[in-house]
Amino acid sequence: MTNWPILSLITFLPLIGAAFIFVFARGSAEAVARSARWMAFWASLITFVLSLFIWFNFETGTADFQFVEKYAWFPDLGISYHMGVDGISMMFVLLSTALTPICVLASWESIKDRVKEYMIAFLILETLMIGMFCALDYVLFYIFFEGVLIPMFLIIGIWGSGSRRVYAAFKFFLFTLLGSVLMLLALIAMYLQAGTTDLVGTADAPGLLTYGFERDLQMWLWLALFASFAVKIPMWPVHTWLPDAHTEAPTAGSVILAAVLLKMGGYGFLRFSIPMLPEASEAFTPFIYTLSVVAIIYTSLVALAQRDMKKLIAYSSIAHMGFVTIGTFAMTQQAVQGAIFQMLSHGVVSAALFLIVGVVYDRLHTREIDRFGGLANTMPIYAVVFMLFMLASVGLPGTSGFVGEFLILVGVFQVNTWVALLATTGIILGAAYMLWLYRRVIFGRLTKEDLRSMADLSPREIAVFAPLVVLVLWMGIYPSSFLDVMDASVANLIDNYQTALAAADPVDVARR
Amino acid sequence: MEYLAVFLPLAGFLIAALFGRTIGDKGSMYLTSALMCVALIASIVLFIDVAGTEGYTITIFTWIASDTFVLDWALRMDPLTVVMLIVVNGVSAMVHIYSIGYMAHDPHKPKFFAYLSLFTFMMLMLVTADNLVQLYFGWEGVGLTSYLLIGFWHERPSANAAAIKAFVVNRVGDFGFALGIMGTFLLFDTVQFDQIFAQVPAMADATFTFLGMEVHALTTIGLLLFLGAMGKSAQLGLHTWLPDAMEGPTPVSALIHAATMVTAGVFLLARMSPLFAEAPDALAVVAVVGALTAIVAATIGMTQFDIKRVIAYSTMSQLGYMFFAIGVSAYSAAIFHLMTHAAFKALLFLGAGSVIHAMSDEQDMRRMGGIWRQIPYTYALMWIGSLALAGIGIYGVFGFAGFYSKDIILESAYAAHSAVGGFAFWLGIIAAALTAFYSWRLLFLTFHGQPRADERVMAHVHESPPVMLLPLVPLALGALFAGIIGYNAFVGDGTEIFWANSLDPSAHAAVEAAHHVPLWVKLLPVVMAVGGIAVAYWFYVREPGLPKKVSSAVGPVDTLFARKWFFDEIYDWIIVKPARGLGWLFWKIGDGLIIDGLGPDGLSKATRRLAKRASRLQTGYVYHYAFVMLIGVVTFVSLYVYTGWF
Repeated sequence: MTNWPILSLITFLPLIGAAFIFVFARGSAEAVARSARWMAFWASLITFVLSLFIWFNFETGTADFQFVEKYAWFPDLGISYHMGVDGISMMFVLLSTALTPICVLASWESIKDRVKEYMIAFLILETLMIGMFCALDYVLFYIFFEGVLIPMFLIIGIWGSGSRRVYAAFKFFLFTLLGSVLMLLALIAMYLQAGTTDLVGTADAPGLLTYGFERDLQMWLWLALFASFAVKIPMWPVHTWLPDAHTEAPTAGSVILAAVLLKMGGYGFLRFSIPMLPEASEAFTPFIYTLSVVAIIYTSLVALAQRDMKKLIAYSSIAHMGFVTIGTFAMTQQAVQGAIFQMLSHGVVSAALFLIVGVVYDRLHTREIDRFGGLANTMPIYAVVFMLFMLASVGLPGTSGFVGEFLILVGVFQVNTWVALLATTGIILGAAYMLWLYRRVIFGRLTKEDLRSMADLSPREIAVFAPLVVLVLWMGIYPSSFLDVMDASVANLIDNYQTALAAADPVDVARR
Repeated sequence: MEYLAVFLPLAGFLIAALFGRTIGDKGSMYLTSALMCVALIASIVLFIDVAGTEGYTITIFTWIASDTFVLDWALRMDPLTVVMLIVVNGVSAMVHIYSIGYMAHDPHKPKFFAYLSLFTFMMLMLVTADNLVQLYFGWEGVGLTSYLLIGFWHERPSANAAAIKAFVVNRVGDFGFALGIMGTFLLFDTVQFDQIFAQVPAMADATFTFLGMEVHALTTIGLLLFLGAMGKSAQLGLHTWLPDAMEGPTPVSALIHAATMVTAGVFLLARMSPLFAEAPDALAVVAVVGALTAIVAATIGMTQFDIKRVIAYSTMSQLGYMFFAIGVSAYSAAIFHLMTHAAFKALLFLGAGSVIHAMSDEQDMRRMGGIWRQIPYTYALMWIGSLALAGIGIYGVFGFAGFYSKDIILESAYAAHSAVGGFAFWLGIIAAALTAFYSWRLLFLTFHGQPRADERVMAHVHESPPVMLLPLVPLALGALFAGIIGYNAFVGDGTEIFWANSLDPSAHAAVEAAHHVPLWVKLLPVVMAVGGIAVAYWFYVREPGLPKKVSSAVGPVDTLFARKWFFDEIYDWIIVKPARGLGWLFWKIGDGLIIDGLGPDGLSKATRRLAKRASRLQTGYVYHYAFVMLIGVVTFVSLYVYTGWF
């Protein structure tokens, strides 16, 4: 089975599922909705099961790309359909495939209009996400990367919940489009310079990863890519689209946005900026540190002031991503592994937190924190689940949140103590806003009449949360399952980076 | 045996948490308590096995591995650990049993017992860690369960506020602890205790760059770790959460906020003692902070009226003693006091719980008094606890537990013959007098004099059931005899054999020197304590009108003490309020006005304005268009004629 084009299979299976829904979901509105839900669920579930295959067959000792598929696409231009995963991208593929069925399940009852189109949009989104993480050709990557924008834009704009959903959708589009244009320019510039868009290349023609651009060109290319990735992840000060997008998006939209789409930026830095543009990356590291530290402190303080549950979690996401960008550019083994781990962990935890907001939103149609209070009395299971993910979000040891955050801090402390110190203040502020949120929603006396009749989690909701609960604890107690996968690839990334810097400026490296 | 001692509480937690409804209230209570008792027995067996040996470590499995940052889940068994096992499992087992009676009327019993067992497990993970990160896991875990238990009665806003405050203030300490771990890894390339200690001598003069300064590495790490310890052990500056934590049920206060969790900071420093051996400047800071805590807390304790808060401030003060013991390298004395304190302070808290129970949940001593005849057993037990706390004894004959452990600390401070040693000694001596004063103030106000409660409450005053009294007996025995029995092994001639290498071996000299201080140093603490009791007797029994007169005579000082030196107000003013203000400012002004205003919103506004201007050009009048066309034609023709373009 190892000769199967497994990556393509996983990538396009959701698309086939979408086509199935498009063709076969017919009949009365009710019947269409039901069959669309079930087909989407099965398509995404089968995709997930298949994706487990790449985990089980993944060789951990090597930094090479695995499950590689390469077919000529535009041979004259040197553009090929090239797919493959390494230790950096593999887990993101699994994150995407694992969360899509959960999202479908979470949308089961909360999406009532145009269920068919919604499910199609979601499955297309899944195809694009997986493809993006597998693509080893810049053109192919660009298509997936930008393609993601469209279904997400529609999901926010059409199935969004608030009155400002169109504003939010456009804001999201505007910000990301700005980055996209610059990224396209970088793509063209790289192609003109290197004569290929392939990342890996062949023995006699180096790919983009090893091409070695001129220092001056690196600077411009880096800034162009930065514009795109910084918006996606998002970094301060181009983060303001995120809280609006989250507040207006439907629950599952928020989940996938926070869990996977934000990771596209972090993945971009790791796959493109650092290996392709090492000198520029090094030069801009202080810049990244500054923005990230500002992000952590600034957005944590803003989170303290929020009155809307989703906005609060959105701002906390930005703070968590600040850790990721610090770790990514600290370029020590712990920091980079920590950054990847933090992205995976945040994928699970933020997904769960948005689902948690979704649970009460489905029942009461508000997310205003002050409308709640005392839910521990009526929804004990919900309170426990919320507690667990709240703790993971504040990085309590034993949960997934701790491992990534702590590895990043340990790693960055070795290269810059100021950054480590300032970033560590995030653990104080994070505890403050999350505990305060929890207290206002769950604890206290149950005074509001409509809260008295709130039902606890339904079996379907428990099924949604159960895998996430298991994951959060597993990643917290035995993170080796995940760290081992990325070990070799991260070590290789750092090695190449140091070698490139040494080649560029031997004196400078020797001095450090 | 190790697994039994550590994981049975976890099993208790899981069963009570997951199947609490199935096995019912009684099932949860008895099961968790029974498991705790088995764990206690296992700890005693381990104590007998391990005390006085080098010990061993059991590795469970790898936790985190990233390059050289490798650490395991492990159970480290050495004399220091087994002492803590006895303390933790001992007090926890008694508190579990006591709670069966104390929480009898609470509707959420399985939850309460699950939390207690989880707390115990986390504390055990803390003391059995073989690396700093697992210790940090336990550290945060006890912080979490403390948060849950302080806020156990979550319908009270004050309990919620106290719970959050405890967690967040502790996080400030954790901030230091975390940085300390990072610094340790930077210096030693490991976080595993044995590997760190092996490298300490080689690193004695090492420096690293911290915040742009070249600093002595071990001192920096020591101070960062101490910041963590200050948070958890409520040392001056990070202590404000502890008195508020009394919002939790009283058994929680006894277990977490007196006997075990708050001593975790002391344990951390003792565990890291080989490192502190080479960081004398850090130790000096520890000694000064500890001494100041001891005295400040005692001054506040004298003025409080909430029975639990008095004991809480007393705990804080006693923790100060333990820290200045560490500051003068008398680690074994600190742990000795930790152990005796666990017994008599748990006794005092549970006794206070018994009083509160009897007084229909009244905690204000101004509405107590005159009840000693109704609750004689509680009264007697409180006396034992207070005598132990005040450190009463006759030199060379017999003393209560605190007599031995507190005196050895003061003697060590004196014997250090250093400026900070002297500072700590004299503050400690004054605090000893204050300790005795507030302890007997508590006894006299609570049990003697005219009853000040209303008749309905007084009619209800009753002795607690056996399930609440019997667990106090082992604790009372501890308060009576732990000092005299443990003295020799913990801090006497047997010190070196007993502790083996689990405490910095070079520091045993500090305790050794303490045995050779002048006689007056040995006698002074008891004299001061008796003096304190006499003053309390005079103030609260002989002339009950006197305290008011004194407090009004020293007005500002009394206010300072009674308002707890204004720490809460100052923090609120310089930290909490600005943080909230900044958050709002960043949100509305930073995100809203500046980023969005100049970014997308500004852009869309500018686009719209431009579009409006452009649309104004399209007037619809033919002669406007004709005019524009004419100008265009003229322009192009002229360009063609003069430049030859096109």
